[in-house]
Amino acid sequence: MPLYYDDDQAMLADSASDFIREEGAIAKQLRHWRDRDCKDGFGHGLWEQFGEMGFTGILLPEEDGGLGMGQVEANIVLEEIGANLTPSPFLSSSVLAATALKHGSNDTRGRWLPDLVAGKNVYAVAIDEGRKHRPETIACKAEKSGNGFKLSGKKDFVVYGASAEMIVVAARTSGSDSDADGITLFAVPQDASGMSHDSVRLVDSSMASHITFDGVELDGDAAIGEVDGGRDILNAVLRAGRVGAAAEGVGVARGAMDMTVDYLKQRKQFGQLIGSFQALQHRAAHLYSEVEIARAVTIKAAQLLDAGSEKADLMASVAKAKVAKAAGLAVKEGVQMHGGIGMTDEYDIGLYMKRDRALQEFLGDMYYHAGRVADLSGY
Amino acid sequence: MADLEQFRTEIRGWLEANCPPEMRQPVEDEGDVYWGGRNAKFKNDAQKAWFEACRDKGYTVPMWPKAYGGAGLSPAEAKVLREEMARINARPPLSSFGIWMLGPALLHFGTEGQKQRFLNEIARGEIRWCQGYSEPGSGSDLVSMQTFGEDKGDHWIVNGQKIWTSYADEADWIFCLVRTDKENKYQGITFMLFDMAGDGVSTKPIKLISGNSPFCETFMDDVKVPKSYGEDIPAYVGEINRGWDVAKYLLGHEREMISATGGGDRASSLGAVTSRKGTLDPVLRAEMALFDVDALSFTAMSEKFLDEVKVGKGHPAQPNMLKYAGTELNKRRHELLMAAGGSQALEWESDETENGKPARSWLRTKANSIEGGTSEVMLNVIAKRILELPGA
Repeated sequence: MPLYYDDDQAMLADSASDFIREEGAIAKQLRHWRDRDCKDGFGHGLWEQFGEMGFTGILLPEEDGGLGMGQVEANIVLEEIGANLTPSPFLSSSVLAATALKHGSNDTRGRWLPDLVAGKNVYAVAIDEGRKHRPETIACKAEKSGNGFKLSGKKDFVVYGASAEMIVVAARTSGSDSDADGITLFAVPQDASGMSHDSVRLVDSSMASHITFDGVELDGDAAIGEVDGGRDILNAVLRAGRVGAAAEGVGVARGAMDMTVDYLKQRKQFGQLIGSFQALQHRAAHLYSEVEIARAVTIKAAQLLDAGSEKADLMASVAKAKVAKAAGLAVKEGVQMHGGIGMTDEYDIGLYMKRDRALQEFLGDMYYHAGRVADLSGY
Repeated sequence: MADLEQFRTEIRGWLEANCPPEMRQPVEDEGDVYWGGRNAKFKNDAQKAWFEACRDKGYTVPMWPKAYGGAGLSPAEAKVLREEMARINARPPLSSFGIWMLGPALLHFGTEGQKQRFLNEIARGEIRWCQGYSEPGSGSDLVSMQTFGEDKGDHWIVNGQKIWTSYADEADWIFCLVRTDKENKYQGITFMLFDMAGDGVSTKPIKLISGNSPFCETFMDDVKVPKSYGEDIPAYVGEINRGWDVAKYLLGHEREMISATGGGDRASSLGAVTSRKGTLDPVLRAEMALFDVDALSFTAMSEKFLDEVKVGKGHPAQPNMLKYAGTELNKRRHELLMAAGGSQALEWESDETENGKPARSWLRTKANSIEGGTSEVMLNVIAKRILELPGA
């Protein structure tokens, strides 16, 4: 498969770009909700529009009301979300939770998917326990109780958790904390008794929850897929989420770089445009190279994922790590090259730096994924 | 597609029958590469047999037209051939600057007579060419070159000095930038072709920090270059005084070529290869992992670039970016190889290192980001042509 968009994908990219640039613009969404201290951290109106566009069900098969598309297409939407810093539950709901729910029974899918596709419901995914991403270890416990389960433990960094009508929770149903097997994913409804949220605003103005499960009673059919057989589903969720987060990061990098290169063409000092200074030209050109390469490997990883390639897992980590490097460079160079104005809240470049920071951490940072590349490569 | 699959089957059968087992090994050193030319010698019978089999099928230059010694393959067919050769690790049957540089220039700018003569000679490995571009005072600022050809009617008298002429001491002919108009900087250069066996041409190898001498100084002392080698075979490519157009075209081509091979062998993880000899120090392991992230990402970039070239997508200045990123990556790769190799990698004269292979390769890579346009020049080009930043 060639490493560029086919005609349908190019059309999707055009319409996603136009739509999100217009409706998801920084002033219209990120600043709007932030400045009103919105407890959701995103706009439900835009989420409904995502539903009208079909984006909400982009990864879901047509029989579930989705568009039946793949990771490449989801990434196209995510890159535009990144470039416009659009606060959106798309990654959590339509990529991570949707990937999990695809493995659910007819009943599970019938219960949760229609409202997701309609842009009515938002779903979250609870994986992390503790301050770093360590999905290899899962201590949160779901014990058999009657016909169902009783869930106890703590989850952290549950993005948009407090706004979610349902949370996909990775819990241990057998074995010890660091066993690969013995994991089950559960669809936990918002109103489950015994679940409490501590919702916190993050540096990028998004919201994330610490969730405590205190003997939460779940029906037997809350399990997504086989009991004890959730590791494969969790891995599929992680792969889709990481490649998706990489695409959003490419968008953040692109947005920050475009803004910075524009600034170099406007700002004058010493009587000339600062973009004519070679000291800045070389740094901008290096940045361009890094962002292009990060974009290429992200498309590659998405294609491999869609093709079901055995290399997809490795390349998901390569993409996440490479994008972290490139986007980190883009936002840091962005603020520095803007000079003093880059430090002001009024100017958008700082918002890119904040979003990048949160995205770096989500589903594993550069250090985690570079280490994973070494592990998977056998050294 | 069905035709391509049939072609693949044919190629597979042909390679099975014609590529000797000795030619299915990675290239270890210079002797494993066959360069052709009037004085060429084969290292062994297998090398000779492989070269001749490919030559007779046109596979030394698969995409060139049959009339010029190629096989006339379409890009898709050539890709199949490359893939099938790679599958069995087949070595290139013939390497030369004629194939990489002069050939593409002639295909683009040459007369029919030039193509008939020179392309066939290149494809058949009969003439070995070298490139005369840089001069002692003209490196990155190539257009300032001074080597001068005085117009004597039916010939020029050429005087001057070239430097960094790769393997000039083993080459038969040179394609050479010669100033033919001192008043006109860009439109005063002619892209000349001449025989180095003629009077007045001499070469002197330059010993590099690697201890090897792949490059020479080439001196032209009253060299008589005829303006024509026969009907429709001018001794220059393109027009007189318009050689800079040809040179620029070739520089783009060269950067593409370097960028395609720039990252070295990227199929395998550097960390995996180096850790086989012993445990890596933790911080070195981390550096290896970060390198592997960059290398695997660059491989995707190269693939994307080649895919886009095939359908005319992508920015025309993109090869400059690949050249920059690929060569910087290769330098980093060899720094890490030296670190992982420890004191063994330092051994300059030992059997264990085959006389300093790791160190010599490491030193050789330092030229990657200098030759064919320095990294700094690449960044200038990206800044101006892609980012469209204002000129200084």
